[in-house]
Amino acid sequence: MIKYLIEKEFKQFFRNTFLPKVVVALPFFAVLIFPLVANFDVGHINLSIVDNDKSPYSAQLIQKVASSGYFSITDVSAGYAAALKSIENNTADAILEIPGRMEATLVREGTAKVLISANTVNGMKGGLGSAYLSSIVADFNAHIRSELMQVKSGRAVPALNIVPMYKFNPRLVYKVYMIPAIMIMILAVVGGFLPALNIVSEKESGTIEQMNVTPVSKFQFIVAKLIPYWVAGFVVLTISFLAAWVFYGLLPVGSFVTLYFFTSLFILAISGFGLVISNYAATIQQAIFMIFFFIITFIFMSGLYTPVASMPLWAQQLSIISPLKYIIMVFRLVYLKGSTLPDLAVPFAALSGFAVFFNGWAILSYRKKN
Amino acid sequence: MKSTTRDIVISAQQLTKKFGRFTAVDAISFDVYKGEIFGFLGANGAGKTTAMRMLSGLSAATSGRATVAGYDINTQPEQIKKTIGYMSQKFALYDDLKVWENIRLYAGIYGVPEKEIAPRTDRLLEQLGFENERNTMVKSLPLGWKQKLAFSVAIFHEPTVVFLDEPTGGVDPAARRNFWEMIYDAAARGITVFATTHYMDEAEYCDRVSIMVDGKIEALDSPVQLKQTYNARTMDEVFHQLARTSTRKAD
Repeated sequence: MIKYLIEKEFKQFFRNTFLPKVVVALPFFAVLIFPLVANFDVGHINLSIVDNDKSPYSAQLIQKVASSGYFSITDVSAGYAAALKSIENNTADAILEIPGRMEATLVREGTAKVLISANTVNGMKGGLGSAYLSSIVADFNAHIRSELMQVKSGRAVPALNIVPMYKFNPRLVYKVYMIPAIMIMILAVVGGFLPALNIVSEKESGTIEQMNVTPVSKFQFIVAKLIPYWVAGFVVLTISFLAAWVFYGLLPVGSFVTLYFFTSLFILAISGFGLVISNYAATIQQAIFMIFFFIITFIFMSGLYTPVASMPLWAQQLSIISPLKYIIMVFRLVYLKGSTLPDLAVPFAALSGFAVFFNGWAILSYRKKN
Repeated sequence: MKSTTRDIVISAQQLTKKFGRFTAVDAISFDVYKGEIFGFLGANGAGKTTAMRMLSGLSAATSGRATVAGYDINTQPEQIKKTIGYMSQKFALYDDLKVWENIRLYAGIYGVPEKEIAPRTDRLLEQLGFENERNTMVKSLPLGWKQKLAFSVAIFHEPTVVFLDEPTGGVDPAARRNFWEMIYDAAARGITVFATTHYMDEAEYCDRVSIMVDGKIEALDSPVQLKQTYNARTMDEVFHQLARTSTRKAD
């Protein structure tokens, strides 16, 4: 008899004026647009330079800053006041002021001061801007000193040269980091929350009552509800994989089989969670609000935007309750690092645990009679 | 009035439902016989729907016992669900499914063999005069038609008993009359009909009528006998005499 229920769910799904379109459009838009706008790469810090020295050294410094790739030099102002004006006009994010006679002081006294001031209204940009600038100046400083000492002593100064090498995402491209996580968000919505809303809407219309007086068991009813959304989840995921490849040339280093395997585990867990919500919500309004509460918590605790490791300790401990954390971890590891199943034992155990826990809770809290 | 055989289809003894300290249904006892049209009357809040929900396995009894088609409501609700039909005031048909799809869904759920579903659907649509509505979405049917369709769907699998919870609310007298003809047909085929209603003219159509007041059954007899006992000309007067004794606030 479950065949008739599944048939009904698919008919209703495709007859919905909204759902089939969303299933196709959502992954496209999310994967295409979201990484472009939610971009924390700070690549274009507008810099205003005040060069009071106009010496070969100051020219060298400016050139070093310009070639770093982080800054676009908007203007070379006559004085600090003029530079500040351009910050006020929002044409510049930071100022680098080179004092007069820097070269002379440097050669004579072995030290000179430059001023870095950043507009931290946009904290991220200002902070990163001044950090980049400081490191460039420090680097320049080291270079100058070794040059000067070499001139004095006539031989090379030994120095440790630290060259960082970023593995797995060598250019630290933010999109590459974000796209796998975005796929998970869509999956959570389609696989977990849509079926929950669907069940609650049957509660609202009273049709669930009719189902409860038929011989249909709760297990059959729920499985029939979930199947179309599970299928939709895999369709959405496949479209996301394609979109990531077509638009960003992003293919997982690891295998798709691993990704699909973990996806099924995750969909099972999150749809169980959706069912728990549908059991407690009497109206769509309640359900949406509950979903909103949990999805916000899960996302912020998941390390989607900010790494879990940089959270305060209590938050790190709290983050274990977010199923999103583990699946996002898996997607990033498989996409960027090519991890395989044995490396992913922890998320595997966690997601299996969530699947058992949520579905168990859903079954226990579902009542066919009162 | 047609004669009823004496096979008991529904039997309730001291059936009680309490919600906290509130006793919604207070130790009611009655029998309903095969092929009978049993009217279950009472003011709003008298406990009709609660009693009906217990009998159809939607709600657990606090105490007392009852059997429906020979199955115990406390221990065999799943068996009961296979042998009853149920139609509530909230329509159970799916608005976004077509007429034939709704019929197919419920027929399938109740285990009507797949091969029989299509020919029986054709026959039903013909009887109802709905041939042209086969592919209409249920949401665009008029209310009276929806009720007729919902009733037909509820008895499509030839249940032993069909429970009707205010089946004819909101439609005109002609449509109600029409609906009751369908009920007579079903009863003539041996389906026991257990119906709640607020329309006293409908009460007159029933073989026997019970009237609930404040969770208790205050009267149970044929409409003719009831009118005699209460010295009333119509069922309406009988109802008013009994309902006046109520101390419970209507909801």
